[in-house]
Amino acid sequence: MPIIIEGLSFYYGEGTPFETKAIDNVSMEIKNGDFVGIIGHTGSGKSTLIQHFNGLILPQKGTVLIDGQNIKDKNLKLKKIRQKVGLVFQYPEYQLFEETVYKDVAYGPINLDLNPEEVKQRVKNALELVGFDYEMIKDKSPFDLSGGQKRRVAIAGVLAMKPDYLVLDEPTAGLDPAGRNEILDNIRKLHENKMTIVLVSHSMEDIARLVKYVYVMYQGKIHMQGTPKEVYSHSEELKRIGLGVPQVVDLLTALNKNGLMISSEALTVEEATNAILHGIRGGLNA
Amino acid sequence: MLKNLTIGQHYPVDSVIHDLDPRVKIMITMFYIVSLFLINQFLAYILVVAFLGLIIGLSKVPIKMVIRGIRPILVIIAITFFINLLMTPGEIIYELGPFNITREGIRQAGFMAIRLVLLIIGTSMLTLTTSPILLTDGIESLLNPFKKIGLPAHELAMMMTIALRFIPTLMEETEKIMKAQKARGADFESGNLIRRAKSLVPLLVPLFVSAFRRADELAMAMEARCYRGGDHRTRMRALRIIKIDYMAMMIASIYFATVIASRVYF
Repeated sequence: MPIIIEGLSFYYGEGTPFETKAIDNVSMEIKNGDFVGIIGHTGSGKSTLIQHFNGLILPQKGTVLIDGQNIKDKNLKLKKIRQKVGLVFQYPEYQLFEETVYKDVAYGPINLDLNPEEVKQRVKNALELVGFDYEMIKDKSPFDLSGGQKRRVAIAGVLAMKPDYLVLDEPTAGLDPAGRNEILDNIRKLHENKMTIVLVSHSMEDIARLVKYVYVMYQGKIHMQGTPKEVYSHSEELKRIGLGVPQVVDLLTALNKNGLMISSEALTVEEATNAILHGIRGGLNA
Repeated sequence: MLKNLTIGQHYPVDSVIHDLDPRVKIMITMFYIVSLFLINQFLAYILVVAFLGLIIGLSKVPIKMVIRGIRPILVIIAITFFINLLMTPGEIIYELGPFNITREGIRQAGFMAIRLVLLIIGTSMLTLTTSPILLTDGIESLLNPFKKIGLPAHELAMMMTIALRFIPTLMEETEKIMKAQKARGADFESGNLIRRAKSLVPLLVPLFVSAFRRADELAMAMEARCYRGGDHRTRMRALRIIKIDYMAMMIASIYFATVIASRVYF
């Protein structure tokens, strides 16, 4: 069952002089097994939008259906929705609070009133999913870990709820390249394990490498959508709204302009290398 | 819940009241508070309401914003009201179990409630129309004469500036952490008192951690810019008393004189 969003609008400070429109008539559908990206400039409404996915914000206008259930339904237990849709906030390491990694990851499952055996199993699984050695890490204080490790513990804290959908808000922000690759690798593996993933980012490279379908947000609206290839083919438009395209796309476009015949479909460095090699060889043969 | 705390919330519009020198506004507010405690009859409150109405009218702050400031202290007002109502000795008009409601009690309770409401509205007008920075500038300048007896005026003002500056930041942070924990199934709203207090741990620990981190970073940033306290510091905006300030002082004096007169002659 999918997440279906229809005609969703949200205003901050409704009825005060500070009223601002955060999202404006947004509709989207996230199917099971999807890997969806949401990109947009700071303040384009991405974060507000994803907080609707698990009922942290209830819609002011429009509907949000999670597996067919309207999150505005009075009889609905929001805890259930929050278990189903795991939301990892920006800089999630700032939510860590327990003395040990084990206790912190167990916080979610305990809130779900699971029995201790099940909690332990879930904590172990979650920590292993983000690439930790369970025995090594479980008794450490989360405050002693490195930035990237803290973030993975925080993500494990959400994974331990066993969500069907995982929504991540800028999961790689502020990490060094190694930490970033670790996190992205984890996310890719989670998707391979059939988890539905929504990745919010303004790193065009991350989106290009992982995601199957992209929504571009601009001033609270969905400005463009499509596969990464489709979206990145409008590089001028993306630049106009303050976003970029992956550097390799820029490179290929420039090469093309200067007369080298290269298919500009490539989105990652590997694909670009092949395309350029192909182009040069083709040029020589002709 | 966190959003309707008006105290310390500046409402930025362009008005005569906003343009007044903060020192003048602070002094007028102090005299206003004193005047509230001088009043000993209901009728004189009309004067206060008129004065306050004039200020609110001139300030262009919507009345809704002003009223909103009372909401967080409604409980305190209610408690004061009932304690005064039930504990004042005098001519008994109604007996309620162990308590007596007296004529004096009703009068006293009404008096106190009105006084508190006017007190809060009056002082929140100061913070609504004055930006925190100007406010602390004003306080610092008013405290300057006390430097001679060893009062660290600049340091106090700086501490206040920083505290005020971080209120919204910490509130935002609280909301963010709250949401993050809710996403992990936290429940801050239900359960008995102990359960609820316990549920605050996942909120307070990260909040303290981040407050200390911020304090550390701020201290470092200030030192990196050679901050060494108040000696020989000059200001980008020096405070100056101009014509409208004199006019405001005049109006306030007339108001204050009338209040004193009402106490002496009626």
